Amino acid sequence: MNILVCIKQVPDIEKIKIDSAKNEMIMTGVPNIVNQFDTYALETAVRIKDANPETRVIVVTMGPAQTKDALKNCLSVGADKAYMICDDILSDSDTLVTSYVLSQAAKVIEEREGQPFSLFLCGKQAADGDTGHVGPQLAEYLGLPQITSAMEISIDGNKVLVRRLTEEGAEIKAAEMPALVTMSQTEYEPRYASVKTKMAANRAEIPVLTASDLGLDAACVGLGGSPSKLIKTFVPERKKGGLKIEEETGELSAQKLVALLSDAGAI
Amino acid sequence: MSGYKNIWALVEVQGGQVKSIGLEMLVGGRRLADAVSEKLVAIVMGLDTKEAVKAAVSYGADQVIVLDGNDYGEYNTEGYTYALEQLINKYKPSAMLIGASINGRDLAPRLAARLKTGLAADCTGAEIDAATGTISWTRPAYGGNTMAIVETPEARPQLATVRASVYKRGEPDTQRSAEIIEESIELPAGIVRTSIIEKIAEVAEGIKLEDAEVVISGGRGVGNVENFEMLKELASILNGAVGASRAAVDAGWISHLYQVGQTGKTVSPKLYIACGMSGAIQHLAGMSGSDRVVAINRDPDAPIFEVADYGIVGSIKEVVPALIAEIKKLKA
Ligand SMILES: Cc1cc2nc3c(=O)[nH]c(=O)nc-3n(C[C@H](O)[C@H](O)[C@H](O)COP(=O)(O)OP(=O)(O)OC[C@H]3O[C@@H](n4cnc5c(N)ncnc54)[C@H](O)[C@@H]3O)c2cc1C
Ligand SMILES: Nc1ncnc2c1ncn2[C@@H]1O[C@H](COP(=O)(O)O)[C@@H](O)[C@H]1O
Repeated sequence: MNILVCIKQVPDIEKIKIDSAKNEMIMTGVPNIVNQFDTYALETAVRIKDANPETRVIVVTMGPAQTKDALKNCLSVGADKAYMICDDILSDSDTLVTSYVLSQAAKVIEEREGQPFSLFLCGKQAADGDTGHVGPQLAEYLGLPQITSAMEISIDGNKVLVRRLTEEGAEIKAAEMPALVTMSQTEYEPRYASVKTKMAANRAEIPVLTASDLGLDAACVGLGGSPSKLIKTFVPERKKGGLKIEEETGELSAQKLVALLSDAGAI
Repeated sequence: MSGYKNIWALVEVQGGQVKSIGLEMLVGGRRLADAVSEKLVAIVMGLDTKEAVKAAVSYGADQVIVLDGNDYGEYNTEGYTYALEQLINKYKPSAMLIGASINGRDLAPRLAARLKTGLAADCTGAEIDAATGTISWTRPAYGGNTMAIVETPEARPQLATVRASVYKRGEPDTQRSAEIIEESIELPAGIVRTSIIEKIAEVAEGIKLEDAEVVISGGRGVGNVENFEMLKELASILNGAVGASRAAVDAGWISHLYQVGQTGKTVSPKLYIACGMSGAIQHLAGMSGSDRVVAINRDPDAPIFEVADYGIVGSIKEVVPALIAEIKKLKA
């Protein structure tokens, strides 16, 4: 079976610092990485392939030219093939448009690969916008059942079984394939690339799909085609230098804290 | 766009119990509706919805649309999406608030794609323009490093998922009355293509984490299960709930039900006491909405101190027992 993993390149949010004078994020020097939830999605797909060797894992991303690096990364840790959707008219698309474009791309890739996808995997959410919309919206455009926030996936014949967290604990959900699953954190860590797999990934040819390859109408994509508009961003006010309590002993510190909290009416 | 009016709030019922986040959506929806002099409509969905309908009225609904039936007893993406699509096409609301719970964040994007409308995720605020009815949603991005304002200016309804505890529930007003409309929508056969094979329910002890006004949260620095018991004691004397970082959950000291953060729950209590945790961005994403933050960490350079109002540099083994003793004295 073929699995399509949708990945996104995002800035490594752990490396973002705040310029408190200007009250903005400092993005220079922040490396771009494959969105962490997407790395779990890819690892899960590759594990399915490990257990079912006839499986092919294909990754796709929509983004600017530099996202090729993210795809190479994916190729070095087990993806068989990567496609890149890249076109200037796609910039500033919201999640609805992104999902639409991905759905069109999925159909084109199926055709080129000569086989439909049985399973579509996305990350639970991308670390830039933190929306978690694209998985369910892609499922809608493709007319597929969806299961979100998976921690573990197994394949049973033509069914996908998913363990996911719920507000009450956990549950096992099933859907007949083709289906779309979004991945949360897994218990296993994604594998590392080796020098050899990195070199192979570097040599790999990554087909680029443009808006016209996907039959996209310029009016329906990008900012103009997006119903959600980003109006502005701002850095939230930080708690500037909260009070540090460093008394002689932990006991004295605790006493001081309780007095402060009680004066503030917090306890 | 004309013809779309009124603010909707989704109120989910499970096992005959109203989900509290749905009532919070009514509190938020009430403000928006008042600002444009429109109606606040509660969409109550589930099985055995009688109590929930009453609750919806007492929390501010002017009108309640009820969908009660076996099809809705258990949340499922496709059935809920289908039914809401029908209702939205029939009544044409201007906006709909959906709680940013696990279900809400599964449902809202699917529904938005079905309706080809805009959606704001995991919002922490909303302002409505009285002239246009367009809502400016405030929402965190980049793990809470930044806030974004998003709008759906040209499509209706405007959809959003809204975080728990953004709109705090006040006292219900049991004197209120509202128009109740019972709808029945039968799901076409085969529309629901996922099934629940097994449910592994864990009963959370004490106050629910999402609803707690005080959260005592433990990280890797708590060290062991026995020390977690101390946190539970502190939580219980402060009428609060226990939370945890991913590291503490991974260590097996506490169930994942208590994990706070990007892969866990989002909390916004009045007081959040972070014990023995470094303050990783994925954790902060789940608690940055807390009113007051206390951090206890033996490393004076731990990033958690940057978001703390009060920070104690010290070991939790020493500080927490002293806190317990001191608060007991205060309460005596
Ligand atoms: C995709 C993704 C999603 C994630 N989602 C989440 C999430 O939802 N929630 C979450 O919490 N994490 C999440 N994480 C993990 C997160 O990045 C951190 O690894 C985690 O939060 C660290 O937990 P911690 O602070 O308890 O442990 P550590 O970072 O190890 O910090 C332990 C702290 O305890 C202090 N300490 C040690 N001993 C003592 C003592 N005796 N007294 C006082 N202090 C002491 C240390 O100084 C240190 O600062 C996620 C990670 C990824 C990649
Ligand atoms: N531009 C994109 N290209 C490919 N996949 C994407 C893109 N944007 C989002 N996704 C997928 O959808 C998931 C959720 O993203 P988001 O809705 O942006 O939070 C990500 O984890 C990816 O799997």
